[in-house]
Amino acid sequence: MILYELIDFDTLRVIWWALLGVLLIGFALTDGFDMGVGALLPFVAKTDVERRVVINTVGPVWEGNQVWFILGGGAIFAAWPPLYAVSFSGFYLAMFVVLAAFIVRPVAFKYRSKRDSATWRNSWDWALFAGGAVPALLFGVAVGNVLLGVPFYLTEDLMPMYPGNFASKFVGLLRPFAVLAGIVSFAMLLMHGAAWLNLKSEGLVAERARSIGQKAGIVAMVGYAIAGLWLMIGVQGFALGEVAANGPSNPLYSDVSRDGSWLAAYGARPWIVIAPIMGFVGMALTLRGLSAGREVSTLLWSKLGITGVISSVGLTMFPFILPSTLDPKSSLTVWDASSSHQTLFIMLVVTAIFMPLILAYTAWVYKVLWGKVTEADVTHNSDTVY
Amino acid sequence: MELDVVELSRLQFAMTAMYHFLFVPLTLGLSILVAIMETVYVMTNRPIWRQMTKFWGTLFGINFVLGVATGITMEFQFGMNWSYYSHYVGDIFGAPLAIEGLMAFFLEATFVGLFFFGWDKLSKVQHMVVAWLVAIGSNFSALWILIANGWMQNPVGAAFNPDTMRMEMTSFAEVLFNEVAQAKFVHTVSAGYVTASVFVLGVSALYLIQSRHKDLARRSIAVASAFGLASALSVVVLGDESGYSASHTQKMKLAAIEAMWHTEPAPASFTLVGFPDQETRETHYAVHLPWAMGLIGTRSLTEEIPGINELVEEAEHKIRDGLIAYDALMTIRADRTGVAPEIRETFEAHSANLGYAMLLKRYVDDPRDATEAQIKMAADDTVPGVAPLFWAFRIMVGLGFAFIGVMAFFFVRASFYNMQFPRWSLYAAVAIIPAPWIAAELGWFVAEFGRQPWTVDGVLPTALSASHLSVMDLLITLAGFVTFYSILFVIEISLMVKYIRKGPYLDVAETEAWQARHEHRLRTHDGQGPFARADVANPAE
Repeated sequence: MILYELIDFDTLRVIWWALLGVLLIGFALTDGFDMGVGALLPFVAKTDVERRVVINTVGPVWEGNQVWFILGGGAIFAAWPPLYAVSFSGFYLAMFVVLAAFIVRPVAFKYRSKRDSATWRNSWDWALFAGGAVPALLFGVAVGNVLLGVPFYLTEDLMPMYPGNFASKFVGLLRPFAVLAGIVSFAMLLMHGAAWLNLKSEGLVAERARSIGQKAGIVAMVGYAIAGLWLMIGVQGFALGEVAANGPSNPLYSDVSRDGSWLAAYGARPWIVIAPIMGFVGMALTLRGLSAGREVSTLLWSKLGITGVISSVGLTMFPFILPSTLDPKSSLTVWDASSSHQTLFIMLVVTAIFMPLILAYTAWVYKVLWGKVTEADVTHNSDTVY
Repeated sequence: MELDVVELSRLQFAMTAMYHFLFVPLTLGLSILVAIMETVYVMTNRPIWRQMTKFWGTLFGINFVLGVATGITMEFQFGMNWSYYSHYVGDIFGAPLAIEGLMAFFLEATFVGLFFFGWDKLSKVQHMVVAWLVAIGSNFSALWILIANGWMQNPVGAAFNPDTMRMEMTSFAEVLFNEVAQAKFVHTVSAGYVTASVFVLGVSALYLIQSRHKDLARRSIAVASAFGLASALSVVVLGDESGYSASHTQKMKLAAIEAMWHTEPAPASFTLVGFPDQETRETHYAVHLPWAMGLIGTRSLTEEIPGINELVEEAEHKIRDGLIAYDALMTIRADRTGVAPEIRETFEAHSANLGYAMLLKRYVDDPRDATEAQIKMAADDTVPGVAPLFWAFRIMVGLGFAFIGVMAFFFVRASFYNMQFPRWSLYAAVAIIPAPWIAAELGWFVAEFGRQPWTVDGVLPTALSASHLSVMDLLITLAGFVTFYSILFVIEISLMVKYIRKGPYLDVAETEAWQARHEHRLRTHDGQGPFARADVANPAE
């Protein structure tokens, strides 16, 4: 247990904050294109064979990709229990809608081509559309709400409370800034899905994907820029008072005030400007790649853009994870919402062992499946593919 | 907090968990059976085994996807519906769930796509390895989930931290090697193996009844009955192990399952059947088997097993002890930094029973204000519903023994009677297909209902664990789940039926090529040529 002594509690907290970001980015980069492809499906593919081509580009990998989402949930539970408790129950009905999307999507992939009826297949195609589009939109809305602050407070027993009736809580999520964030995330994942189809399909499907992907990319860039300006002038930030970075995980022990702007972070830590730059550059080069028809590099640029956008949110808010509008003192931060020193350490060891393995075998699987999915692939293996 | 929200949250958890567990046991067992079949294919090169792998693999896939989809609900429901639970024990309970993702679920989900899509892209051996990785991943998943669940039954390696108002891990090794978790893991995966074996056996029997795909059906029965027999024995042995560990970790659950109202002189008798009456605390028309309970529960002739009445008295003492801890906790909370060290010592000395004091929160806001009558009521609350546990347990055990008989019968016929199965036994095999699911669901019912009134035994009462939601929130999601899950269930069953009717996918070209290679050694003694098609080939008849 020498290592355990070596890594301080506050260091571990920062590592786990970064790992939380890695998981969210991992989810957006992998399952993100599945969602984008799902949302693009009815528009880039018209005939049954075309649709099967689109579905089969993600057919063998969506299941592994979705685990990023599940692992994200598990890791938040293990490393940031208060965040898990507050956010999942606070966004209750929105979480249910996301859950429904994530239940219907696997089933749609697997069952769609198992019957020959046009109605059957068409219904599942729209299920795939909803299963991709709805979470893509709602994840952005959730991030927007986190930036605005969420109306919850903690009792002395640390029970999360959310005043207000159920309808206002659900509709209340749709504040203008949050909706904008939702549009950015939706457009960004559409672009990512298009970059994937550009790589994995050919002909008309790829062409339509490139065309929609470029439009989506423009929307994402403009929306991201507006959101930045909005944060500068229209959104009040949060500021953390004195706090012991390695103190006990009890959010009520810290003082939080509401003044200034989130963007003050760029004054305090100028280097974080690299994140929004990555976002803009990545998205811009994705656009150029899509219009020029470049394949591998376009997908990589898209990944860079998404990484930049997501990390810009985290870096801007640091050390806040989930600020509370109702009772700023209850806000969850990196310094007061983590698991215990011991648990964070054990989880780090486990992650250090298994994450490289996961990346290695996932890379191997993608390598085995390398190459475009063609119409001939689908018609010749009609019984075995989706 | 409304009691209604707690009850509705419990209903939702029970419903979604039991629904999830319709798919899990088949995944656990079928993944291994399919991997075994593919291994035989790689070893013998016989196309029939490849067909079997693909056929059972297709059914595995239809089932697997719903297991995955409904599993997401389970992971997210803790935070959605049980947020106080999540805060209170997340430091311990979250870890195995996250490790499950890292170690097991990534493995099975990444390779399951390759299993279905990789037939032409991988070598035979590679594909077989992929099948085994899926099977190993699924089974490791179960390990971590049961470590998490085992901790709820027997919360070792953790202590309450007054500064963070939650349980925190003190020893990961204790959580990992929790005896309850270990016994439960083997018991549960074995139950999954039995489920898959009964499923394969039943579907194959159906084919034999219909005189279709006999070659595939016979071989499948041979594999399933051997695997099923070993697993059925393992389920019972490890079930017994669970009972033994419950005798020192979850005394109340054990007493409730056995409807043991009073402590009996050792060795206690086992009540075979009877009608437990919760009000009067006695069992009517009970038929006893002398000594059996004492032997099973304690594996000794002299150790006593405490009865329910004695355990309620013990709970009352624990409540009073927990109140000392609660009082100290409130003092610490009032002035965290300035509190006298003796107060913290008092808290440490009594904190093991803090959960018992929390039982009073159902009746009063501040447990310290509880009246004598309320303390008695809280102590009585520690008794779970005896009759449902008593019966659920007996049906489960009965079915468990029946599976040993069924599997042994088919194993003997397959091994020593030239694969000849009497017609009645084939009908019986089809008829019992649902039985393992009933046994598995009852098993979970006994485990979870028997733990009430706790979510974490002795640590956190169920009544305190739920989120601060409105009844309307719960009704909306409950209605959503019921509708959604019902539709998916109908679709799943209809696809299963469709693909069972359709039968195996015949790869004619490969079969013929293989036969041409092996023509010389396939001639049968009655002069007929080697079987031309796998589904009509039947050298045994």
